[in-house]
Amino acid sequence: MLQERIPDLAKFVEPDRVRKEVYTDPQIFELEMARIHEKVWIYCGHESQVPKAGDYATVQVGRQPMLMVRGKDKLVHVLYNRCPHRGNMMCGDRHGNAGEFFRCSYHAWTFQHDGKLRSIPMMESGYAGTRYGKDNPDCNMKQAARVESYRGFVFASLAADGPTLKEFLGESRIAFDDMCDRAPGGEVEVVPNCFRVIQHSNWKIFLENQLDALHPSVVHQSTGRAAHEVEKDIAKKTGKAPLSYHMLSAFATVTIDKWDNFQTLNYPYGHCILTGYMGLRPMDPDTLAYEKVMHKAYGKERTEEILGVNIHHVLIYPGLSVQSPLQQLRAVRPLGVDKTLTEIWHFRLKGAPEPIYRRSLAYYNLVNSPSTMINADDLENFWKCQQGLTSDAGDWVSFGRFHGRDLEKNGVVETGPNMGTSEAPMRNQMKAWARYMGNGR
Amino acid sequence: MTKLEVQHAVEQFLYRQADLLDSKQWQDWIDLFTPDGVYWMPPEPSYKTWDGTPAIFAEDKNLMTVRMKRVLHPDAWSQRPLWGTNHVVSNVVVDKAAKNGDLVVRSRFHMMELRRDDVRHFAGQYTHQLKKTKTGYRIKLQRVDMTNAQAAYDYVLQVWV
Repeated sequence: MLQERIPDLAKFVEPDRVRKEVYTDPQIFELEMARIHEKVWIYCGHESQVPKAGDYATVQVGRQPMLMVRGKDKLVHVLYNRCPHRGNMMCGDRHGNAGEFFRCSYHAWTFQHDGKLRSIPMMESGYAGTRYGKDNPDCNMKQAARVESYRGFVFASLAADGPTLKEFLGESRIAFDDMCDRAPGGEVEVVPNCFRVIQHSNWKIFLENQLDALHPSVVHQSTGRAAHEVEKDIAKKTGKAPLSYHMLSAFATVTIDKWDNFQTLNYPYGHCILTGYMGLRPMDPDTLAYEKVMHKAYGKERTEEILGVNIHHVLIYPGLSVQSPLQQLRAVRPLGVDKTLTEIWHFRLKGAPEPIYRRSLAYYNLVNSPSTMINADDLENFWKCQQGLTSDAGDWVSFGRFHGRDLEKNGVVETGPNMGTSEAPMRNQMKAWARYMGNGR
Repeated sequence: MTKLEVQHAVEQFLYRQADLLDSKQWQDWIDLFTPDGVYWMPPEPSYKTWDGTPAIFAEDKNLMTVRMKRVLHPDAWSQRPLWGTNHVVSNVVVDKAAKNGDLVVRSRFHMMELRRDDVRHFAGQYTHQLKKTKTGYRIKLQRVDMTNAQAAYDYVLQVWV
């Protein structure tokens, strides 16, 4: 039916604009779930969320309720959260420990942590001569087709074929490398709290906003200015305001023309890197103490390399936003064509002194918590976007800023000099979208 | 003060606290806090301190002032739509009463919020550490254990609950 109505989805995407239905049509949404989210690598969680055998966390991959679970074999498995018997959901809590094995709450079928059928009550008498039993793989909890992890970050793909996780991530791997390398211990550990916020807008609106360098000085003016005033007051009284005020005031003090100094790098799978601005290498005693620990772990030269990585934000299409220098991660779970859940986490750098963690925490609490003074105005705009797109006043959403002036090398689109506010990330995301939607990969 | 008088005084104080929020008298509300006062909403009841832990809110008076200035800024887009709240505070229990008049008080609250056409409900427990001063009680710590703290937030919390 959709194919009749929309014979060629590619026509919905032009290099500098897309049809509004891409954001509003429930049938296109279903197709996106089938052709993008239920095929490509989707972030499930961090290994440290499930440290002990039987620990599980539920996660939505596309439209599929899934479980990430630590087995007795120490491996992390990703299973469909469904009993093969009558289709019951296996785990009804967001996270927990399954114990020695999974046990369905309806008819007590039990399964190993890797999903294999363990027992059915009175299996011998009840199922003798039937097709059901341990020999039938359909009696196992189904596993995700592919599961891989990169530096502790676990991804699943529900399609048997496709690029490996490493190939898929490509250069965007730097999100995890940058985060983990900043830890003297070389890895990060999740802080066990997830903030979840619902946006009444299409999932792509959030993705497009993440690397939209023009919006902060417009949208976040109120908070930036307010924080800047208080920051100045504190500085007057005590000499220096905590770094957390700078995290907020930068939204106002970094003006539009300054944003143009930054650059985005856009990759074929839709991923995008925004180079940095946060100024997170001050020369205060905390940073110097941290650098000392880093020197011990890595040597001077390597430390300089690590701390010199200039990244503000990495977007891993189609649903992960990582701010590696501050160890923040937001996973995007589309719930419907106009409803999106974000799951927000932050991480601790193993081996780093406490004050360095406090920076990550300050950003998590101030910018990413449910009382956020930043995302409050984003969400308001996302909602307005979604509402406005229902209007018949126009058919297109435009991404024309600096169009035609992108530099392309080996499939990587770079914004030109002083064009940091280019809408190249949106153009690139939609180009990737059209390719995924066209051939399903 | 007799126990009954303390109970009455503290109830009046808690009602006033809620009233200032509902009537958006932000500065007067901030003035209820001691100079080192903190407003804290932990993600879960198991949290013991706001210092160094994830928090939905963990604000001293400086951060409260940022929030107040933000919501009053003409370009705070999220403040355009009509929104309002209504708090009901009850079940006031004085847990500790020190000789100098300082108190630890628990109470329950229920807040209904309307924003555009959307109604939301937040409810939970307040724990107040109150300091007795010449001009009445001041809040050293307002801990807010919201029953829906871990639930998904449909939109965000713009100001204090």
